[in-house]
Amino acid sequence: MEMIDADVAIVGAGGAGLRAAIALAETDPKLRIALISKVYPMRSHTCAAEGGAAGVIKAGDSLDMHFDDTVSGGDWLSDQDCVEYFVKEAPRELLQLEHWGCPWNREADGSVAVRSFGGMKKQRTWFAADKSGFHILHTLFQTSLQFPSIVRFDEYYALDLLLDEGRCQGLTAMEMRSGLIRQFRAKAVIIAGGGAGRMFPFTTNGAIKTGDGMALAYRAGVPLKDMEFVQYHPTGLPNTGSLLTEACRGEGGVLLNKDGRRYLQDYGMGPETELGKPQLKTMELGPRDRLSQAYWHELQKGNTVSTRWGECVLLDMRHLGAKKINERLPLVRELAISYLGVDIVTDPVPVRPVVHYMMGGISTDTRAATPLPGLFAAGECACVSLNGANRLGSNSLVELLVFGKRAALSAIEYIQDLPAADTAALTARALESQARIRELFSRTDGTESMSGLRREMMDTMEKNVGIYRDHAGLQEAVDKLGQLRQRYRRVMLNDRSNVFNTDLFQVLELGSMLDCAEALTVGALARRESRGAHQRLDYVRRDDDNCLRHRMVHYQGSGAPRVSYQDVVITRSPPGLRDYSGGHQ
Amino acid sequence: MNERMIHLEVLRYDPQVDGEPHFQRYEVPCKEEWVVLDALNAIKESIDPTLNYRWSCHMAVCGSCGMMINGEPRLSCHAFLRDFEGVIRVEPLANFPIERDLVTVADDFIDKLKRVKPYLIPGENKPIADGEYRQTPAQLMKYRHFSMCINCMLCYAACPQYALQPLFLGPAAITLAHRYNLDSRDGGREERQQVIATNEGVWECSFVGACSEVCPKAVDPAGALQQVKVASTLDWFREHLLPGAAK
Repeated sequence: MEMIDADVAIVGAGGAGLRAAIALAETDPKLRIALISKVYPMRSHTCAAEGGAAGVIKAGDSLDMHFDDTVSGGDWLSDQDCVEYFVKEAPRELLQLEHWGCPWNREADGSVAVRSFGGMKKQRTWFAADKSGFHILHTLFQTSLQFPSIVRFDEYYALDLLLDEGRCQGLTAMEMRSGLIRQFRAKAVIIAGGGAGRMFPFTTNGAIKTGDGMALAYRAGVPLKDMEFVQYHPTGLPNTGSLLTEACRGEGGVLLNKDGRRYLQDYGMGPETELGKPQLKTMELGPRDRLSQAYWHELQKGNTVSTRWGECVLLDMRHLGAKKINERLPLVRELAISYLGVDIVTDPVPVRPVVHYMMGGISTDTRAATPLPGLFAAGECACVSLNGANRLGSNSLVELLVFGKRAALSAIEYIQDLPAADTAALTARALESQARIRELFSRTDGTESMSGLRREMMDTMEKNVGIYRDHAGLQEAVDKLGQLRQRYRRVMLNDRSNVFNTDLFQVLELGSMLDCAEALTVGALARRESRGAHQRLDYVRRDDDNCLRHRMVHYQGSGAPRVSYQDVVITRSPPGLRDYSGGHQ
Repeated sequence: MNERMIHLEVLRYDPQVDGEPHFQRYEVPCKEEWVVLDALNAIKESIDPTLNYRWSCHMAVCGSCGMMINGEPRLSCHAFLRDFEGVIRVEPLANFPIERDLVTVADDFIDKLKRVKPYLIPGENKPIADGEYRQTPAQLMKYRHFSMCINCMLCYAACPQYALQPLFLGPAAITLAHRYNLDSRDGGREERQQVIATNEGVWECSFVGACSEVCPKAVDPAGALQQVKVASTLDWFREHLLPGAAK
């Protein structure tokens, strides 16, 4: 097995992974950096983020206000020391991107422009039209090309972390082109592998978002934290699930039910604001969890619009006019025309909530460190407890930057004065990893099909682990996912080629998703309250006395996962009321 | 929702088994609003799990799923079945070696991107603490559409010069260099000119314009290359005809 020696290995080359790589290279040019990803960096799903990135820059705004919006938006499940660090670092990181060439939209005087976003009390979302994530990703990728110490391993699929002496000391990964497995020996590993939305059938997430990074850490004994919090974005295209950015509403778009009523006023987000004059932090600029839940209630009441793509509500942007739409929402217009045949300039577009983002993930602290020495994580795959029970739109692109960099700095600190690695022990682990893949290739008595298991998983998640949940449904899902994990051990490969074998990668990705789905569902069953994006029909209130704690789910091999608890860090904002009434409450 | 049977003829090639690529025919029921990628996904899920191709976002922004569809380079997530009649022929992107089935080897493209120094080389070094570089909306608009490239490589598959001369840097890479040259914050043009104002660079382009025709993001690489040629010609005149004006 070929060996690659690195000081730091990074798994995932989207926004967080690239930011980490650049921070490593800038801080110490002598570091050997291995940047490993199952796709070329610019294919990473960061590219699909549309709306923008939040950071305090304008007069009249303050770090405290960004803090308060984030903490109340997260329904007080955020760790407040983490939020404090985040809001302080955010403007610097966004300026850094500007200095690297990111084409942010501008004011007439040449300063950076900001726009309104849901749950934010001030305009503080930096944007590059409605392709903000795309530009951030490409700016980072292109910037990374000037650092010779960043050695990329594009289209390498990470298999297993290598642990010895209680430390993470590298990983195995398969070169997809050849099928060859390589051993990466690294003093520290940073996971930046993205989310896991593909465990649901209807999602904004690209095909690659299968929770591989989360599963890598989970199987190595690192708990997944607060996995039960799944963000439904309220405005997805009903057929493809493609995202119509929150900036649609930030710019003044409104949501209508079948009677043309702006129904959000019936769910604690009113009174109605004047058309064309969106008001921050109320009505259509409420947070995503509340908006998606309002849709569910409208559906129960029979107030949704029946379309050929199923039940929907309408997102109306006609009053914005063609000029503003073309200038600020060109991608949205193009997406709705090509995939739905609706021009937002002349017609309201049918939308419905769609799985978008995982608030939970690999448990990390404010240093982006996991409980496993030598392992760090950042981005959507991590749960640093910035987003709590509900992420505010435009915080996650900044999270990539702030905690991608932080992971790099923490890793550098960690690798000073480490004891020498026991290379024989690591190689033995690597061979075990290789044997696992060999067994899959040589299996002849498999009885289960990948696509069949995947379909059953998705159906279970959609049916039982959606916007509203209850004990019976969650218990059914936990049981079902446990069975699916057992059946997965008998999955059969159809393709045994060594060259770019996507059948194999889909089987491995399914394994990641099943582990994540089980952790998510076990967490949801254990959280007997309604908070943020986790809503229980049988426990309808937030319960700070018993539930203001993080749920940590621990992998137990083929057995059922174990749940433990961790306190939420509260520095200065005691749990209070989430007020999206525009000051009318 | 209406369904119809779609016939696809897909190029298959596994270098471990096949001496030569060959076509395989599939019939798959498709919804009328589907794209070619949806049809491939339906084949992969329920007919032939051994078919291989790249894809991710399904919204024409990740740039993974470029392929030849009825002989034209297209993003398969943006090629609507309703626009095709009869058998749809699907092949890997032209002008790149085939890795397997519809998957091509992208090394050459990736290498060329890097060679043009596609990153800001600041004209003036401003500390972060001093805030952003000022850039007016007009200055932004000068380069913005050249920054929309998703690296899907369709323009390389369409380019007749790249087909003849693989050393040619090609449309996307030169356009990306030009994007930074046009950025008011940048001062790196001279460095990039040494790479792009060469025989492997812009002078190789015969201005057929096929790149701009196939670009799914209206980046207009042909326009960028034309601008680079004009600017490079002006450089030449300045250096050779105006005494004392050389750099």
